[in-house]
Amino acid sequence: MADQKASTSIEAVESGLAAQGYIASRQIATAVYLSQQIEKPILVEGPAGVGKTELAKAIAAWRGKKMIRLQCYEGLDEAKALYEWKYAKQLLYTQILKDKLGEVLGGAQTLHAALDQLHDFGDVFFAKEFVEPRPLLQALEQPGGCVLLIDEIDKSDAEFESLLLEILSDFQVTIPELGTVSAITPPTVILTSNSERDLGDALKRRCLHLHIGFPEQRLEERIVESRVPGISQTLRRQMVGFIHEIRSLDLKKLPSVSETIDWARVLVLLQASELDTEIVKDTLNVLLKYEADIEAATPQVTTFIAKAARSNVFG
Amino acid sequence: MRENLHRFFRAARGAGVRVSPAESIDAMRAVAQVGISDRAVLRDALLLTLAKSQDEKLALGDCFDLFFSQPEPRQDQPEAAAEDDAAQGEDQPPSSGSASEAGEGQPPQGLGPLAQMLLSQDRNAIAAAIASASGAASLSDIRYSTQRGIFSSRILDAMGLQRLRDDLDQLTATNPSLAERLRAALDALRETVRDTVSQGLALYAREEAENLRNEILRNAPLARIERRQVAEMRALIRQIARRLRERYSKPRKRQRRGHLDVRRTLRRNAAWGGVPFLTAWKRKHRDRPKIVALCDVSGSVAQVSDFFLLLIHSLHEVVDDVRSFAFSSHLIEVSEVLETKSPEEAMSEIMSKVGFGSSDYGSSLVDFEKEFMSTLTPQTTVIVLGDARSNNLDPRADILRRISERSKRLVWLNPEGRLAWGFGDSEMPRYATFCSVVRQCATAQQLERAVSDIVATYQ
Repeated sequence: MADQKASTSIEAVESGLAAQGYIASRQIATAVYLSQQIEKPILVEGPAGVGKTELAKAIAAWRGKKMIRLQCYEGLDEAKALYEWKYAKQLLYTQILKDKLGEVLGGAQTLHAALDQLHDFGDVFFAKEFVEPRPLLQALEQPGGCVLLIDEIDKSDAEFESLLLEILSDFQVTIPELGTVSAITPPTVILTSNSERDLGDALKRRCLHLHIGFPEQRLEERIVESRVPGISQTLRRQMVGFIHEIRSLDLKKLPSVSETIDWARVLVLLQASELDTEIVKDTLNVLLKYEADIEAATPQVTTFIAKAARSNVFG
Repeated sequence: MRENLHRFFRAARGAGVRVSPAESIDAMRAVAQVGISDRAVLRDALLLTLAKSQDEKLALGDCFDLFFSQPEPRQDQPEAAAEDDAAQGEDQPPSSGSASEAGEGQPPQGLGPLAQMLLSQDRNAIAAAIASASGAASLSDIRYSTQRGIFSSRILDAMGLQRLRDDLDQLTATNPSLAERLRAALDALRETVRDTVSQGLALYAREEAENLRNEILRNAPLARIERRQVAEMRALIRQIARRLRERYSKPRKRQRRGHLDVRRTLRRNAAWGGVPFLTAWKRKHRDRPKIVALCDVSGSVAQVSDFFLLLIHSLHEVVDDVRSFAFSSHLIEVSEVLETKSPEEAMSEIMSKVGFGSSDYGSSLVDFEKEFMSTLTPQTTVIVLGDARSNNLDPRADILRRISERSKRLVWLNPEGRLAWGFGDSEMPRYATFCSVVRQCATAQQLERAVSDIVATYQ
């Protein structure tokens, strides 16, 4: 019975994401469903441009939640990711305090009594009002929950990973002066990585590991269909078939889904009705981002178009 | 099901996927959520929670497929015919059953449970019995292929082979045809059990067997490994490269706590009138290794050079810059070939250019000094890999001295054992005076240690 519920829920995730224009494979939908159920972050790996960041956006839009994004880069530290004290405000506060100090301590006769009175005020200096929340703290403070996207975690330093561990496993952070801040509603956390460096085991252990590769031909056609509605079915098939042929080449950077979508838009703009050698050669720079790649692919264009056309007839 | 999942975790560990207790708890929770009826979803769920990289996903996927494809209880040809007979007999209403087959259709009373099960051809019951007997015989402890026999017999014992033998003896006297059928069924059972054990071996013993093989391979002399082992050795070298990468690709900036960077602190606090709210500390930059490798590719050293170059060139994350040169009688640069081509192609191209000559260290060093001396900087580590056997030609050790003076370190790796240095045409002692380190490097393990030490000097 639980199984029934699970598979319908996974389908619900799939259709929910599809409504936001994100065509998810079964595996992606399962990951999203599981991360919700067992409250774990998802670590998404895969080549650039297969829709890792897009997935987080789609989830946020589908659930109607705010998306908070933290873009990682080398040198990112807790002052930029977690929280920072509002120093200028604190400085101002000390100025005011200096002026008012005489009034407040007016009644005190001895230094000891004055100190006692000062202690009664409590530690206002390091209070919540002086904390400037950065993305991670913001995410914990959203009353309705949110989608927290930690983008390109592999670009950050190894120390930063350790900073994330507390958030990822318990959805809380500890600020030394204030104590522990727990999430009001646990956010949905998505981390993305281009595998530029190997992430630590501690981080990986806390996440569901999802690898998004290049989609299958059918799936990619559906993605193009949803993103570029104006394209005709034959052209869609041909171009996706052509891209799959291109991916079999040994290139510096293979075209990924985002390139497919860009190319589809270009072809629609150029009002192409079907692929021919001329138009492919003119627009190849949309797909391939290196001069060497374009040179390597150009001689193959005609054969690939023929192959793509042939696979259409049978497929 | 819980039991099965635990066995699957063991199998996953056998397949080289590190499954920690915490991950197995996650997997359990995930499985509780998705259920077990849809195998594809179950597979996805386990892959998501247990595997933490693309390699692990592949390994775990294979492991999953193997684990959940239990061998079917096997039916031999005559047995199948007998089963048909029996099935025919059973298809007919029992009242009209033919007299001759009545005895075979219903197994007589007084037999042991195993005999009953075999005679009634209940596949599911047999499969279940084998599974539980495998559990009782702790099949998941199997480690080596030589243990197959003992595990098979343990499983059969646990299923009640003794009782079956007694029944068989008894039947031979009373009902020979039934005894014949039972004997055939027993043979089929033996085969099924053997398949189960083989599968268990593939599932649970892979790690152990691989470790053993790798251990042997690590200590085998690189120059003399057989052709069929070359691919395995390449895989091993890649593994070593990964390990070195993980160890040494740590951040290269380190804060020196306690040393205030006054300039940066003032600039950072300009907004507060120079009141230092934020402090900036001095940082220490660590260089990434720059390596210049000179590899002898003549004769017996070629194989070692091949693996060495493969290792050095798969350390991109750790090593900033590698220039490689190959020589036997003269020297050429090979960095680009190694970067752009697959290891096999690159090596054969290098061999066709400079390989197979008799080595002449003197003229190769002259080549290097003439063209490439400018590649050396005070941050460079120069690694020479060769046996220093120069066929009694001038060794030109003076050039090596100049190389040593221009570089950070000069490391000589010699595939020959220390005992052979200096004998025959070996110029090792003469070269060794100018080297920071000279070490033997004949096996994969020694290669790993040598490269690890070189990289560690930059940390």
